[in-house]
Amino acid sequence: MLRFLLQRLALMVPTIFFVSVIVFSLQQLLPGDPALTIAGDEASPAVVAEIRAKYHLDDPLPLRYGKWIAGLAHGDLGFSLRTQQPVTQLLAQKVPVTVELATLAMAVALTFGVLMGVVAAIWRGSAVDYIARSIALFGISMPSFWLGILSILLFSVKWRVLPASGSVSLIEDPIENLRSMIMPATVLGLVVSGVIMRHTRSAMIQVLSNDYVRTARAKGLAERTVIFVHALRNAALPIITLGALEFGQLLSGTVLTETVFSIPGFGKLVVDAVFNRDYAVVQGAVLCTAVVFLLLNLFADLAYAFVNPRLRTQ
Amino acid sequence: MKRFVLATLMSLVISDSASAQTLRFGFNEDVDILDPTLSRGYTTRMIFSALCDKLIDISPDLKFVPQLATSWSWSDDNLSLTLKLRPNVVFHDGEPFNAEAVKFSIERHQSMAGSQRKAELGPLKSVDVIDDQTVRLNLSAPFAPLVGYLSDRAGMMVSPKAARELGDKFTTAPVCAGPFKFKERVAQDRIVVDKFDKYWGKESINFDQVIFRTLPDATVRLANLRSGQLDLTERIAPIDVAGVKSDNRFVVEESTELGWNGIIYNVGAGEKAKGPMGTDPRIREAFELSIDRDGLVQAMSKGQYTPGNQWISPSNAYYVKEIPVPKRDIAKAKALLAAAGQPHPVITLVTPTQSETMQFAQIIQAMTREAGFDMKIQATEFATALDITQKGDFEMFTYFWSGRTDPDGNIYNFTACGAPLNIGKYCNPEADVALKAARQSADPDNRRKSWAQAAAIILKDRPMLFAFHRKYFWGRRAELKNFVAYPDGLVRFANLKLN
Repeated sequence: MLRFLLQRLALMVPTIFFVSVIVFSLQQLLPGDPALTIAGDEASPAVVAEIRAKYHLDDPLPLRYGKWIAGLAHGDLGFSLRTQQPVTQLLAQKVPVTVELATLAMAVALTFGVLMGVVAAIWRGSAVDYIARSIALFGISMPSFWLGILSILLFSVKWRVLPASGSVSLIEDPIENLRSMIMPATVLGLVVSGVIMRHTRSAMIQVLSNDYVRTARAKGLAERTVIFVHALRNAALPIITLGALEFGQLLSGTVLTETVFSIPGFGKLVVDAVFNRDYAVVQGAVLCTAVVFLLLNLFADLAYAFVNPRLRTQ
Repeated sequence: MKRFVLATLMSLVISDSASAQTLRFGFNEDVDILDPTLSRGYTTRMIFSALCDKLIDISPDLKFVPQLATSWSWSDDNLSLTLKLRPNVVFHDGEPFNAEAVKFSIERHQSMAGSQRKAELGPLKSVDVIDDQTVRLNLSAPFAPLVGYLSDRAGMMVSPKAARELGDKFTTAPVCAGPFKFKERVAQDRIVVDKFDKYWGKESINFDQVIFRTLPDATVRLANLRSGQLDLTERIAPIDVAGVKSDNRFVVEESTELGWNGIIYNVGAGEKAKGPMGTDPRIREAFELSIDRDGLVQAMSKGQYTPGNQWISPSNAYYVKEIPVPKRDIAKAKALLAAAGQPHPVITLVTPTQSETMQFAQIIQAMTREAGFDMKIQATEFATALDITQKGDFEMFTYFWSGRTDPDGNIYNFTACGAPLNIGKYCNPEADVALKAARQSADPDNRRKSWAQAAAIILKDRPMLFAFHRKYFWGRRAELKNFVAYPDGLVRFANLKLN
């Protein structure tokens, strides 16, 4: 197991290197000049040239990449061209908020998604199944932006029970933090729960028709044990895979939800950085996202082994 | 246990973080660099109005009034401007504000790499410290707009000690002499400033803290005001104004912006200037005549914006009344197109992808079609649009300009030969003479005459189309008192208070 873990960690290094090279090269293909974007249309060519020189934007690409990698080795991801803030500081501000939002949204998604999926599979074809599938379809079809605005109008403007936007540090004020996260996490979670419900339902339907489930029932096991110990555990593999991917998506930013609820998260940071040609921020954020995705894949693999003992020996 | 859970849930639902001593202000975009020398974005000026006092300010009716300078006067030859400074002023780090500090800040604006203020200071040659409270700015040529620029970021003073010590990191902890001092910035979320206890006008400041919240969507911003999360918000969408006005918990404040909104034609920048729009003024005139400006502002703002045809709005003292806003005349437009041998010109309008610029382009497209124009819209995000304009790779470009206090800032750089914002490369030496005369005279009557001459030439040549002037709409809680709307769209915190 340890060897497997070390192998996977070692494989991450070339992958991250490859991602960094691709990002560094591809963003040079974007139309627009970062020096001009910072300087704006009022600036004279001399000012644009000054900015280009100040931020070494006219250095050859390999040299700039080398400097960036050298900085990375010291934990320095450079400065935002637009705001002059250190990229590490920007990421440090965004990552905790995004991780918290994604975790809470995932908790909502898994709770509703798995529960509805199991219930729909058990009573397949019944009214319960149709209701669960309708809720899932609603979750998948509703744009999070629209759902967010409606929630704000209802819970913040009309009833005034939850804050309309913003986020407070979990350490400074846990209650206010939770209040500000309830709506965005639920909106995001509902959207993801629809996808999880559909996968859970189909996996459970397949598993419930297997011989070992019939055997478990024939042994006289309680239905709860049959469903949750025998069936759900075997249906869990595709749910884990999907869950890891969805969690990765949530961690890499959810621009619309962040915009509606004014959550200072990762998604808005990346989108604004791309539009402002803020290369250092894009590079830092993409690198961070790549590491998160790789780690989540690793956790998913470990989770497979946890729920399915046969995979531990492979 | 049940009681504890119930109490926790109740506190989750009903707790309210609002404090009477804090002003919560929502604005529409994330700010850029928090350094008055390097900053470019309009919204950053909102923060500076709390952090950084200027040498000169404007009044709501656009007169220049004292701030850090108590008085100023031009020399007889208009080649030097002498400013008397306010005594007993200190920066946020306790350093004294004096003539040396003014000299340092102005020279920093002029010499710092990437300074956005260099061009604004025009022909400024040197700064003389006359005594501790008097400073003289020496020019190589008369430059009347200087006073206007000193009422904006070029007039913002920074602490020399902090600027020297922090260097490039000044933006992470800006130190000025405004009513509030910097506390924290969470990018794309909030900027928090605390009351500065040693502010020279501290008696008029009633808030201990101001929290600037970034809320890019107008609907979300308004929902935050309505839900009690904000005390004040800027740029309410025109479509929402009537709804807010009908709610007695809130008040809408408004003022017409200093700038203009319209189209820049490429009349001299490369190959794209050789199309019908760039070569034939009759086609540009036909294009203008096909636009119904009243209909345009009705569609864009329910009639709340002001139709315009010059670089300043009709309410400005320097507006040339002899050249009024033209009415739509489709028949004449068609006749002009026929005379030019181009009954159906195919043209392209490059438009930045903001919702209001796109709306503008689509309305213009529909209106001009009736005269025979086949106008395509090329939607382009900001960075690419800058690239396109710099390369002259456009026929027509949608341009919204937030404006400057001195009208010179709305026209000179857009139309003078070789000026930085003259992306269409228009050049008419006669217009240049008039524009230069207006910037070289400090006498309002002389300036009015010069701008009238410039208007007669420029509005006939049509290198640009001035279509309308927006309004700033602020929404505030009714309890927020003493709010005064300024034409530069910035908030003054003096006397503002929550009852």
